[in-house]
Amino acid sequence: MTYDVAVIGAGIVGSAIARGLAGSELSVALVEARSDVGDGTSKANTAILHTGFDASPGTLESRLVARGYHLLGEYAEATGIPVERTGAVLVAWNDEELAVLPGLKEKAEANGYHACAIVDADEVYGLVPALAPGARGGLRVPGEAIICTWTTNLALATDARRRGAALLTDHRVESVTVGDGSRAAVTEGATVLHTTRGDIAATWVVNAAGLGADQLDAAFGHRRFTVTPRRGELFVFDKLARPMVPLIVLPVPSSRGKGVLVSPTIYGNVMLGPTAEDLTDRTATGTSEAGFEFLWEKGRALMPQLLEEEVTASYAGLRAAIDRPDYLVDLDPDQRYVLVGGIRSTGLTSGMAVAEHVLELLTEAGLDCSPRADLPPPPRMPNLGEAGIRPYQDDARIAADPAYGTVVCFCERVTAGEIRDALASNLPPADLDGLRRRTRAMNGRCQGFYCGAAVTACLEQGAVPEEVAGRG
Amino acid sequence: MAEDRHVAVLVVGGGPSGLACAASLAGSCEVLVVEREQRAGGIPRHSDHTGYGLRDRRRLMRGPAYAEAWRTAALDAGAELLEGAMVTGWTGDREVSVTSPAGRFRVGADAVVLATGVRERPRSARRIPGDRPDGVLTTGQLQNLVHLRHHEVGHAAVVVGGELVSWSAVLTLREAGCRTVAMVTPYAKAEAYALFRWAGRAALRVPVVGHSDVVRIEGRVRVRSVVVRDRATGAETTVACDTVVTTGDWIPDHELARSRGLELDPGTRGPAVDAALRTDAPGVFAVGNLLHPADTADVAALDGAHVVAAVRDWLDRGGTRRGVRIAAEPPLRWVSPQYVEPGGEPPARERLLSWTDTLVRRPVVEALQDGRVVGRCRTWWPAAPGRVFRIPSGILDDVDATRGEVTVRLRA
Ligand SMILES: Cc1cc2nc3c(=O)[nH]c(=O)nc-3n(C[C@H](O)[C@H](O)[C@H](O)COP(=O)(O)OP(=O)(O)OC[C@H]3O[C@@H](n4cnc5c(N)ncnc54)[C@H](O)[C@@H]3O)c2cc1C
Ligand SMILES: Cc1cc2nc3c(=O)[nH]c(=O)nc-3n(C[C@H](O)[C@H](O)[C@H](O)COP(=O)(O)OP(=O)(O)OC[C@H]3O[C@@H](n4cnc5c(N)ncnc54)[C@H](O)[C@@H]3O)c2cc1C
Repeated sequence: MTYDVAVIGAGIVGSAIARGLAGSELSVALVEARSDVGDGTSKANTAILHTGFDASPGTLESRLVARGYHLLGEYAEATGIPVERTGAVLVAWNDEELAVLPGLKEKAEANGYHACAIVDADEVYGLVPALAPGARGGLRVPGEAIICTWTTNLALATDARRRGAALLTDHRVESVTVGDGSRAAVTEGATVLHTTRGDIAATWVVNAAGLGADQLDAAFGHRRFTVTPRRGELFVFDKLARPMVPLIVLPVPSSRGKGVLVSPTIYGNVMLGPTAEDLTDRTATGTSEAGFEFLWEKGRALMPQLLEEEVTASYAGLRAAIDRPDYLVDLDPDQRYVLVGGIRSTGLTSGMAVAEHVLELLTEAGLDCSPRADLPPPPRMPNLGEAGIRPYQDDARIAADPAYGTVVCFCERVTAGEIRDALASNLPPADLDGLRRRTRAMNGRCQGFYCGAAVTACLEQGAVPEEVAGRG
Repeated sequence: MAEDRHVAVLVVGGGPSGLACAASLAGSCEVLVVEREQRAGGIPRHSDHTGYGLRDRRRLMRGPAYAEAWRTAALDAGAELLEGAMVTGWTGDREVSVTSPAGRFRVGADAVVLATGVRERPRSARRIPGDRPDGVLTTGQLQNLVHLRHHEVGHAAVVVGGELVSWSAVLTLREAGCRTVAMVTPYAKAEAYALFRWAGRAALRVPVVGHSDVVRIEGRVRVRSVVVRDRATGAETTVACDTVVTTGDWIPDHELARSRGLELDPGTRGPAVDAALRTDAPGVFAVGNLLHPADTADVAALDGAHVVAAVRDWLDRGGTRRGVRIAAEPPLRWVSPQYVEPGGEPPARERLLSWTDTLVRRPVVEALQDGRVVGRCRTWWPAAPGRVFRIPSGILDDVDATRGEVTVRLRA
């Protein structure tokens, strides 16, 4: 068959675009190289729902981050994606940084964000008593929030699928035959994507391939940008550290990006990072000794007490940085091709707004993207957040289904019921990491000392074995 | 959520220490043991090799049989076991919330005994960088996979650590058909060998790489190799393997102890207790490896029996923690118990437990109070890293109850 639109890349951006398109009468394929959705940069970020206060005013990024903040905020409420509206404080440590604060406040206002307030050192310590001594002042950004990036990606892809999009995982696009738009050939002049699992024909193609977007763009004959993978390494600290970090603690931004922050996570941990290091290898998601040392030094300077706690996890994500200071979204009407490139460090927040923007471009190009009448309701996602009620805490839920009373992963308190649900869901996990992203199982302080074998057995059997489920 | 149940004694954790406590107490009062696993028994239930039971059951047993023996003993004594139920937090001074398939409820008790055990630090907590492939496990997970689920592990393993438990990992790997290609330990080579007594000579053929650390793990899907760095020379070697087992480097499962606000010992990171195993919270006690990370199961179980006197005392008269503070001086990392009352009840087995970072073959142990040596003894056993070093508690006999903190130190 020939799809009306093929979207390449099932990260947050591609999944949001596929979901948007699948809400119309168009037939949509979501084409992903990996075995699961959200297995690229979208799984390994700092998971902040940004207000966009510090974007460069007037850019597409500024507009889409601000818009995405609201779109995703509303969508999260409708689907149950966990969000905690903690707010942030940006901390100045010297005169120079202190002098930058008023400018940042003005910039925020130019970005349409008016809630920033400059605070003195006492107020900073009032907000974050565990902060290292020496803070000079700060900027409050009350709207910054933390969110679950895994659930966001999963909700968007699940929604796309329920709306009828075909999800084609394990399909890496290796080359492209650009259609000429004629209606003669078998594919009716469509573009053909040659993938590792066969050809896919589509009238329109959207390139949302993140780190691979420039290579794919080249397959369409363009030479307009290069993606530089900019690695960001992070430490996740034990939940026992969480009371030290009641809100997001941001550094004053420099030319190298947003710098190292300390933030609570939606799962009740504390995160320290990320680093920013330009690489050439687009698959280098490993962590490094140098990165660890750098973060440890930063941690000591920011909050020495934090380093007394155990490290629960470390990971690295790659930002798809490009050689220009803005997103690169462009529609080519002749090729019936849309490039969505350079969604570097804000794409979790902006993804739904990028999708809205792409739909507008396609509508202008003559494609009917108007919503159809019989849309299914958005999916209800399991709550992985600590702010809401988790199944193990929910008396009524356990009474109705005792599987929610059997805790399998003790550290994260993940129940047999939740693992069962993830395995039986519309978009089941393809591997252990996928199950972890859907449930948090094995993500805790023991990293599988107790539950690793049981969780592995669940994955292998595609269901919760009796001896794991217990009497539940 | 009202208090749904009240018992005389609540034991949190059904490992050897918790079960032994229940077995000793249940004859005289109502005891409830809450265990989050589907079956009580603790770590030995997962550890299907011999080496258990010497000091408490007076014979050498395999882990699962040993675990089962304590479970049966607790039941026979009349204790109630609530298995597959997890204590998730405190709702009062001696009241906790429990999640189980039967629902979520509160249990209040006159006395609470914490017996939540220890875990090994996983790769992340040791901050070993590199790729994140499959095939990196703790000994606990390895034994679960092999013994409880008969799962494949790999063909060539690097074992990280030089503790007693590291040899336990080697045995389990061998049983699963996986060769240990190197044991990488920060300690000198001979020390790691000196530790190896109880597991049988055969596994000794493991090449031990001493004074070294694993500094990187490589492999995108499955482990391909690790990079080992010599601490002295900084020289790096790449060792091919498909499995990495991080062993030992214990941290108590102290979440409940911390959330109750108990005084913790900075060295053990478990609750600071007196010789009778009272914590600083009245009516809250602690036993087992939560207090001494990590000793053998028999010693943990003997704690369980030892605490009974203090629990009864509390139920009858309300006794609280007492004694002079005992602290460790490097190379001793910690000493437990942390409070001892001169002339009062001695600690379990009349031993202080401690942990050393360097080997002293024939150590002299000294106790100092206000800078003055008040006790001294020579042990005929070495103080070796990787396992608990036991100190006769008699060195504290002349401590003055009215004076300050006591320091325990090693002399060669
Ligand atoms: C360290 C770090 C911190 C960050 N913090 C934040 C934050 O706090 N808030 C925020 O809003 N954003 C943050 N970001 C940015 C955000 O994570 C990204 O902008 C977002 O995830 C990008 O999504 P994406 O869908 O464009 O890319 P990806 O998630 O990378 O998805 C692209 C997909 O395309 C697939 N693909 C690539 N090539 C092909 C091919 N040839 N054929 C088929 N499929 C292909 C890939 O497998 C991948 O799944 C951060 C990023 C990093 C690295
Ligand atoms: C791989 C390995 C090999 C070993 N080999 C030997 C050996 O050969 N010989 C030997 O003597 N010792 C050995 N040991 C040590 C021995 O296992 C321990 O000394 C012993 O298990 C300690 O007993 P415990 O009761 O203190 O703790 P554990 O056995 O750890 O028991 C603690 C129990 O508490 C439960 N628990 C914790 N928190 C909660 C909660 N919130 N709610 C409900 N339940 C909870 C846990 O599930 C667990 O069952 C080995 C240990 C390991 C890891």
